[in-house]
Amino acid sequence: MNSSNSTISPRDAEWRQQLRDAMSAKERTAIPRVKMPELDPTYRVTCNDEVNQGLSAEQAVVEATRCLDCPDPQCITGCPVGINIPGFIKNIQRENFRDAALVLKETSALPAVCGRVCPQERQCESRCIYLKMKKPAVAIGYLERFAADSQRLAGEEAIPQCQPANGLRVAVVGSGPAGLSFAGDMIKLGYDVTVYEALHEIGGVLKYGIPEFRLPNAVVDVEINTLAKMGVKFVKDCVIGKTLSYEALRELGFDGIFIASGAGLPRFMGIPGENLINVLSSNEYLTRINLMGAGRPGWATPVPKGDTVAIIGGGNTAMDSVRTARRMGAKRAIIVYRRSEEEMPARLEEIKHAKEEGIEFLTLHNPVEYIGDEKGHVRTMRLQRMQLGEPDASGRRSPVPIPGDIIDVDVDVVVVSVGVSPNPLIPDAFSGLDVTRRGTLVVDDTLLTTLPTTYAGGDIVRGGATVILAMGDGRAAAASMHTALSQK
Amino acid sequence: MNKIIHKEHFSENVVELVVEAPLIARSRRPGNFVIVIADEKGERIPLTIADSDPAAGTIDLVIQAIGDSTRKICALNPGDYLHDVVGPLGRPTHIENFGTVVCCGGGVGVAPLLPIIKALKMAGNKVISILAARNKDLIILRDQVAEYSDDLIIMTDDGSDGRKGLVTDGVEYVIQREHVDMVVTIGPAIMMKFVSLLTKKYEIPTVASLNTIMVDGTGMCGACRVTVDGKMKFVCVDGPEFDAHKVDFDEMIMRLRSYN
Repeated sequence: MNSSNSTISPRDAEWRQQLRDAMSAKERTAIPRVKMPELDPTYRVTCNDEVNQGLSAEQAVVEATRCLDCPDPQCITGCPVGINIPGFIKNIQRENFRDAALVLKETSALPAVCGRVCPQERQCESRCIYLKMKKPAVAIGYLERFAADSQRLAGEEAIPQCQPANGLRVAVVGSGPAGLSFAGDMIKLGYDVTVYEALHEIGGVLKYGIPEFRLPNAVVDVEINTLAKMGVKFVKDCVIGKTLSYEALRELGFDGIFIASGAGLPRFMGIPGENLINVLSSNEYLTRINLMGAGRPGWATPVPKGDTVAIIGGGNTAMDSVRTARRMGAKRAIIVYRRSEEEMPARLEEIKHAKEEGIEFLTLHNPVEYIGDEKGHVRTMRLQRMQLGEPDASGRRSPVPIPGDIIDVDVDVVVVSVGVSPNPLIPDAFSGLDVTRRGTLVVDDTLLTTLPTTYAGGDIVRGGATVILAMGDGRAAAASMHTALSQK
Repeated sequence: MNKIIHKEHFSENVVELVVEAPLIARSRRPGNFVIVIADEKGERIPLTIADSDPAAGTIDLVIQAIGDSTRKICALNPGDYLHDVVGPLGRPTHIENFGTVVCCGGGVGVAPLLPIIKALKMAGNKVISILAARNKDLIILRDQVAEYSDDLIIMTDDGSDGRKGLVTDGVEYVIQREHVDMVVTIGPAIMMKFVSLLTKKYEIPTVASLNTIMVDGTGMCGACRVTVDGKMKFVCVDGPEFDAHKVDFDEMIMRLRSYN
């Protein structure tokens, strides 16, 4: 999926040579990494405004200048969708922001989203040559966001070219990152693409899961509108496997199906009191607030509020939930995590932002029971103190209870954010679709399921991963399906 | 957007809406439900499907005005639109020839019970239906239920119609009268709890259709979780029907008060 030989921005283009010659590596590497402008923590906990404000054009051009435009750019190999990273960065440096956005759109259907929520520090930026020089990596994520945003804010959305219609029809199950990424690639290849969404809004986890202060819905909508302008059809309120069966999809004339229905079922810990009132999953908590408008005037959906809200878990969803709780007015918003901060799966940026916002971290604590009042409302969580033992299968040191060391903490709301299990809805409805012991779909190297021309990707295969890995699956499945359908 | 074609008042607080939803009309089975959003800022609420007309592309929803959202939906008129209708959701009812089946419904629970009564009758069962309400005016869908039932018993709290007494009195009356192979119960949680306690005593297999709080209705949120046989189940994807004798009704009743 290496695309360093992009047609829009080839490395051997004269302008890129000139940019490389214009400044020495020593001068470039002497420039400090840009800092993302952020809203002040005391202000931002009072509203849902986006915390990261985005780079100014000046900042972006200077940061783009840091990029050495390596002959063998390793950053691209760290990107699950293979974005031509130096190609778009050098366009920013020469202030051609439109072409920068077009380079992004060559391989990513959602650059404004990825620029915000990708764990760049573990992907592209982790391969940056600067790290070998013991200097901070080029801020690829910030620049990606800048390029995508500059187009959006200028109102001149870059619409990629599509090949002529090839007469083949494909259906996409789910409009989250995997489905949108797949749709973007297939529409460019000339397919007739229809995306089916079970909820009443397009975007999947980007809408119901990730909060406004980290990823504004308006940003997601612009990317979806671009896909619609390219010809992708969106059908909401349609549950594949229920509203339309597998057979019905085939009768509608779809030549290929891509299943990207997401992870679905929230996991609980199975401890006493977990079904008390005001103990809820992070999926429920975030969906009520992000998708259903709970807490905003005029919206009908309720959500539990309280002075003390505890979130169980240490992932990005836990951070999203705890920071949301703070914004919903919690005086104490607490992360309860059974390992230490070092083992937390959440992005460093999310942990940092959470701390700035006054979130308490009860690490090395694990809930063992919730205790309610006479009406069944949760009032107390009983926490077992933990210590780190030997590394487990995940390579992280596993938490071990300290015998007898148990504390009680008063709470009003508990949000359980300990992961998700695959949703059984599609496997139950599509006969012939094999699942693993964990309930995820069985796929081969090309992401083909056990049903003909039916591919799958994202969390329904991975069982709970990131937006960008789902998008990578979308791209890979599109390439596989295109190859298969072209041979027919 | 789904257009309302027809509206009928069943009782003071209960209306039936016939709503355009062609795909759902074709794919729904007894036991399925839908999620409805009244307007742009509305909440997602589960509603049961009483009937459908695949040719006309419509489904019949029976709604009791009990909260803000249901009141809003009940106030809609033919020509108005529901913002969203999604479904059919949940697992369909397991239908086979069990023998003699008692179907007991309370309040608006009669609406989802109707398609099950029909399907059981078609499958060759002897169907004895028991409809229960506080008084005569609150009995709904009597004629439709009668059409597919071998016997229809009406129970009212005040004796204004049929026999005086609770639904459990009616069920016990039938059990003592003849051999019963199975009981299906749909209605308020407290009613289903007592039907379940009764039939457990007589060791008659009993199915209850649970009406919990839901958000997405597709397994994502877990708001609808119930304890069945000591295990956590999601009503939306594992149900809505469960072995009533294994349902923790007290916990369910407690959780129904989450937002009261």
